[in-house]
Amino acid sequence: MTDWRYWLAGQRGTLTALAIFVVMFAIYTANHPAGLTANVVQTAANKGVLLAFVAMAQTLVVITAGIDLSVGMIFILTNCLASWLVVGSPVETAFGVAVVLLAGLLCGMLNGAIVILGRLQPIVATIATGGAYFGLALLLRPSPGGSVNEDLADMLTGRILGVVPTSLVALAAVVLLVWVPFSRSVTGRAAYAVGSAEAAAYMSGMPIRRAKFMAYALSGLLAAVGGLFLTFFTYTGEAAYASGNAYTLFSIAAVVLGGVSLFGGRGSAIGAIFGAFAFRTIGDLLFVFDFDPLWQPLFQGVVLMIAVSFGAFALIRVRNRLEWFG
Amino acid sequence: MSETTMGRLAARMPKFVRRLDPAVATAFACIVLLLAVGSLYSTSFLSPEYLLQQLKVASFLGVIATGMMLVILLGQIDLSVPWVVSAGAMMACAAAAQGPLGLVLAIPFGVLCGVLLGLVNGVGVAYLRIPSMIVTLATNAVAQGLMVVYTGGFSPQDSASAAMRWLATGFLLPGVPNAVVVWAVVGAAMVFALTRTGFGRIVYAIGNRERAAYLSGVDTRRIVMVAFAVSGGLSAFGGVLLAGYASKAAQSMGDAYLLPAIAAVVLGGASILGGKGSYLGTVAGVILITLLQSILSVMQMPEAGRQITYGVVIVAMLLLYGRAPASR
Repeated sequence: MTDWRYWLAGQRGTLTALAIFVVMFAIYTANHPAGLTANVVQTAANKGVLLAFVAMAQTLVVITAGIDLSVGMIFILTNCLASWLVVGSPVETAFGVAVVLLAGLLCGMLNGAIVILGRLQPIVATIATGGAYFGLALLLRPSPGGSVNEDLADMLTGRILGVVPTSLVALAAVVLLVWVPFSRSVTGRAAYAVGSAEAAAYMSGMPIRRAKFMAYALSGLLAAVGGLFLTFFTYTGEAAYASGNAYTLFSIAAVVLGGVSLFGGRGSAIGAIFGAFAFRTIGDLLFVFDFDPLWQPLFQGVVLMIAVSFGAFALIRVRNRLEWFG
Repeated sequence: MSETTMGRLAARMPKFVRRLDPAVATAFACIVLLLAVGSLYSTSFLSPEYLLQQLKVASFLGVIATGMMLVILLGQIDLSVPWVVSAGAMMACAAAAQGPLGLVLAIPFGVLCGVLLGLVNGVGVAYLRIPSMIVTLATNAVAQGLMVVYTGGFSPQDSASAAMRWLATGFLLPGVPNAVVVWAVVGAAMVFALTRTGFGRIVYAIGNRERAAYLSGVDTRRIVMVAFAVSGGLSAFGGVLLAGYASKAAQSMGDAYLLPAIAAVVLGGASILGGKGSYLGTVAGVILITLLQSILSVMQMPEAGRQITYGVVIVAMLLLYGRAPASR
C-alpha cells in the first residue's frame, strides 16, 4: 500500500515536469493553425529531442552535485565532427557515428578526469574545457558546411508508420540503453549518494570516484548523441558559439524544470527530458499566438525566471531559519 | 617538505614575502614568464608603450572582474555578466542620444541599469534562496530578451557620448590612459571596502559560513543582495567603458568577458567556494589573462587555436595552484 506512495513522492519532480509539458503542449496544439497532426508532433519532437539529449547529459552531472558548463560545446563539437565523418556507404557511416560518439565520450572523460583527479571546481573546469572544445569545433569547421548521410538522417528524423516520430523512438532507446542501466547500477546509486552527501558516501565505502567519472563520461556521450541528431536535422556542421552557450543555458533550465535538484542527489533524466520538451514548447507558444519573434528571448527568460522562483516556496515550509543558509 | 619546516622557512623570510599568498605569487610569476616568452618572440613586448596599452585593455576586464570577485568571495557566482555588460553599454548610448540632459546622465543611467539587474540577482539569491548559478543565468536571459526587443535584433545606431569616449580613451595624466585610472579608482575602492569596512569583513564571513555570520547578528541577506547589485553595476560600468572605447554598443560585446572574468578571479587565488581571496590576486589574474590573449593574437594564431590554448592554459594554471585539498 505504501510502496506506491514512496514511488510517487520520489517521482514528484518528474511528474510535475510531465504535467507542465502536457498543459503547455495542449495549449500549443489547440492554438496551432494545423491542430494536432502528425506533422506538428514530428516538428515539435525533433526540436525537443535535441535539447532533451543535452538536458539528459546535464542531469547525470548535476545528480553528483556538479555542473557541466561544457555540454553545449561538446554538442557543437560533435556536430562539426559528424558533418565530416557521417557520410558515404553504410559501413563508413556506421564508423563515423561510432567515432563521433567516442569523441563525445572522450570529452566527458576529460572533464571527469580534470574534476576528479585535478580536484578543480566543476564550474570553472568545464567553462575552460568548454572553451577548448569550441576551439576544436572551430578548427573542424571554420565556416558552416559539410554534409551527412541523408538516408540515415531522413530515416531518423522522419516518422515510423507515418505516425510516431523516429527521433522520439531514438530518445527512448537512448534512455533504455544509457540512463536505465546507469541509474540502476551500483555506480549510478553511488552517483546519487555522492550528490546528496559526499562525506557519508565516502565513509560508507561507495565507489565515489568511479561514480563521478562515469557521470561526466556518459554526459559527454549523451551530448554527442545530441550533436549527431543536430547534424541529422540541419545536414551541416556549424561552430556556432552562441548556439553552444544557449544549449548549455537551456539544459540547466530544462534540468530545473524537470525537478532535478541542483544541489545534487535528487531527480532523474526522465524528468529532465520532460523539462526540455516543456521548455521548448513554452518557447514556441509565442509563434502560435502570432507574436513578433523578437519577443521570444524575453519570453523565455521570464518563463525561466518564474520557473526557478517557484523553488522559493520550499522556504515557507522551513521551520528553522538557519536552514535557509545551506 | 613538511608543514613545520615550511613554517620555519617562512618565518625567516621578510614580512612582505610571508604575507604573500602562494597563489598570488604564482600568478605574478606566470606574468613574468609570459612576458619572457613574449619578448623572445618580439622585443617590443617589454616596451612601456606596449605594457601601457595592455594595461588599458586589461582595465575593462579589471572593472568587470572586480564585481565578479565580490560575488565569488560570497561563495556565489554571477553568470549574468554578458548581457549586463551589453545592457549597460546600450542603455548608456541610448541615453546619450536623448539630448543634452541624456549626455550628462548617460554614464549614471547605464550603471543604474546594471545595478537594477544586479538587484534582481541579489533578491533571487538572498531572499528567494535560488542557487546563484541559476538566477544569474535567468537574469542574463531576461536582459538579453529586453535588449533584443529594444534594439530589434540589430546593433543599435546610437553612439557613445563624448564623456564615455574620454573616460575610455582619453589621457588625464600624461602617458596614463584614463581607463587605467578608472580601474585603479574602482580597485582602490574595492580594496578599501574589503579590508577597512564592516561590509568587507561580513563578505568574507558569509563566504566562509553564512550560518555563522547570520548567528553573529548580521543581516546576511541584505549584504548578499548589495554585493550582487554592486557586481551588476560594475559589469554595466565595464560595458559603458567598452562602448566608449568602441564608440558604440554592440549585441554580443559582453560575451567575451564572462569566462575571462571568472578565470581572472580564480587564477588570482580566490576560492570559488568563497571566503578566500585578495584583490591583488584578481589584479594579477586580469593582467595574466590579458597578456595571454595579447600574446596569442600577436602570434597571429587563428581563433580556433586561441580558444584551445586559452582553455588548456587556464586548466593547467588551475592545476598548478587552484586545487582543492584531498578529501581524506
